[in-house]
Amino acid sequence: MAALYPAYPRQTLTALQTLAWKETHRYLRIWVQTLVPPAITMTLYFIIFGSLIGSRVGPMDGYSFMEYIAPGIIMMSVITNSYTNVVSSFFGAKFQRHIEELLVSPTPNYVILAGYVAGGVGRGLFTGLIVTIIATFFADLQIHNIPVTISVVFLTAVLFSIGGFINGVFAKKFDDIAIVPTFILTPLTYLGGVFYSISMLPDFWQTLSMANPILYMVNAFRYGILGSSDIPLATAYTLILGFIAAGTALSLWLLRRGTGLRS
Amino acid sequence: MNALSLRQLNKTYPGGVIALRDINLEVMPGDFFGLLGPNGAGKTTIIGIVSSLVRPSAGHVSVFGHDIIEDPWEAKSNIGLVPQEFNFNQFETVSQIVINQAGYYGIDRHTAQERAERYLRELDLWGKRDATSRSLSGGMKRRLMIARALIHEPRLLILDEPTAGVDIELRRSMWAFLRQMNERGTTIILTTHYLEEAESLCRSIGIIDGGRIIENTDVRSLLAKLKSQSFLLDIASPVGSLPDFRDFYVVPVDERTIEVEVRGDQTLTDLFTQLNATGVQVTSMKNKSNRLEELFVRMLGDRKRDAQPETA
Ligand SMILES: Nc1ncnc2c1ncn2[C@@H]1O[C@H](COP(=O)(O)OP(=O)(O)O)[C@@H](O)[C@H]1O
Ligand SMILES: [Mg+2]
Repeated sequence: MAALYPAYPRQTLTALQTLAWKETHRYLRIWVQTLVPPAITMTLYFIIFGSLIGSRVGPMDGYSFMEYIAPGIIMMSVITNSYTNVVSSFFGAKFQRHIEELLVSPTPNYVILAGYVAGGVGRGLFTGLIVTIIATFFADLQIHNIPVTISVVFLTAVLFSIGGFINGVFAKKFDDIAIVPTFILTPLTYLGGVFYSISMLPDFWQTLSMANPILYMVNAFRYGILGSSDIPLATAYTLILGFIAAGTALSLWLLRRGTGLRS
Repeated sequence: MNALSLRQLNKTYPGGVIALRDINLEVMPGDFFGLLGPNGAGKTTIIGIVSSLVRPSAGHVSVFGHDIIEDPWEAKSNIGLVPQEFNFNQFETVSQIVINQAGYYGIDRHTAQERAERYLRELDLWGKRDATSRSLSGGMKRRLMIARALIHEPRLLILDEPTAGVDIELRRSMWAFLRQMNERGTTIILTTHYLEEAESLCRSIGIIDGGRIIENTDVRSLLAKLKSQSFLLDIASPVGSLPDFRDFYVVPVDERTIEVEVRGDQTLTDLFTQLNATGVQVTSMKNKSNRLEELFVRMLGDRKRDAQPETA
């Protein structure tokens, strides 16, 4: 059982800093693969959906289409990049076997998790910031509620970093790290109200959309920026925090069992 | 308090391979311990369990009195591991690898940098500190694994076949380095399947075969047990008429030649006394080249044969 208070607090903190910095250093070193692609893709989204098509689409919930989709696009890049960072880094560490450097060390399991999550959150937020800056060239974004905006984007990055970690623990080959992003994450993000308000959907699809957790995150974030949301904020926070708690518990349990790590 | 204590260690891998059976082993502080055995004997599995990379099916491990499950921080901080296979991040540089490793043991960055310089210099890698690990030669990677294992200054250094595939020159310099580490007080355990290496470096030896420790002793007694010499004797009377030699192992080679084994605890005088007593005339004699390693292999073979009735 992980002790509530570490026996070696200063050393534990050093281990966490080391791993978090190493993970940060990793995505910064390969910035052409990590930071540039979302900047290009999201710029294209703004140009195509925002400027070209958006100019023919009427206002949504009282906002221009560009303003309406900007928070969703920022969120999309945060989700994808947090997840991808952790799953590829952790699987890479298993594949090259340098995860053993951590496993032989006294670094506690929760620090291993926290260190990888720190890397994922860092890259998610960094990408989110880049996309936000790009968005300001296309739309006049005023942040409606700063605490909500920041807490939602941060917690979402944490949640998807944990998701990437769990995926990385189970992954046995390179294909396994692409399955979840391709078949689950991307569809749920697109259907999570990034480009539309679910109030536009027929009743049945509206109800079905409510089962998509990403919808809550996108809408809570949109509320933070624009002040408009399809769902109640409290529901969004409860959901995100609930998933984080469950994901953390599962990750720590997997680490303790040594699933995919110790034969 | 022993540097390493293994009690009733058992390991069955998923899929059913039984890699270890009831391993009990004690390594004294300051010892240079050789774990010797053929491929597949279970050496890497033992080391994997000690270093937390493999989960034991049963049994306990403690390092300087700290159970690896109960007091992981104390136990793991006392172990430095040089694994059998390279396991670096291909894209990290030599200095990043050792400094990060120090961080995982809670060593602050400043101390880590100082130690990195010291160990990289000692292992002749300082000039390569900014090179990525994948650009290093095999010998450099071996030395980098040693530097990485020492960065937290463990009291117990474990090396899994450190000199496999290493050229003779580097092997000698690694031996010298390890001897020096041991003299400075580090307990060392190394696995090898070269008897020569164990003989040259180790004070104590455990021999493992088929997942069982079959011999655990100091090098001298082992060598005495192993160190027998073989002689080819040309005899005057035909082999067929030879009497029984009670104390010596005799194999007929041809009509008038026999091969006699003289063990470490026997002398040539003993042999001749017995030859004399039985009236065998020796016309000439020559020393047959005696390879310790051949004996080692034979000993394992003997043990296997001895073990057969159990399974029958
Ligand atoms: N991960 C594994 N899964 C299944 N069997 C294994 C695994 N690792 C080792 N073994 C088996 O366990 C036995 C002992 O292997 P090992 O400890 O590597 O021996 P050594 O290091 O002495 O060569 C061998 O039969 C080997 O095939
Ligand atoms: Mg081995």
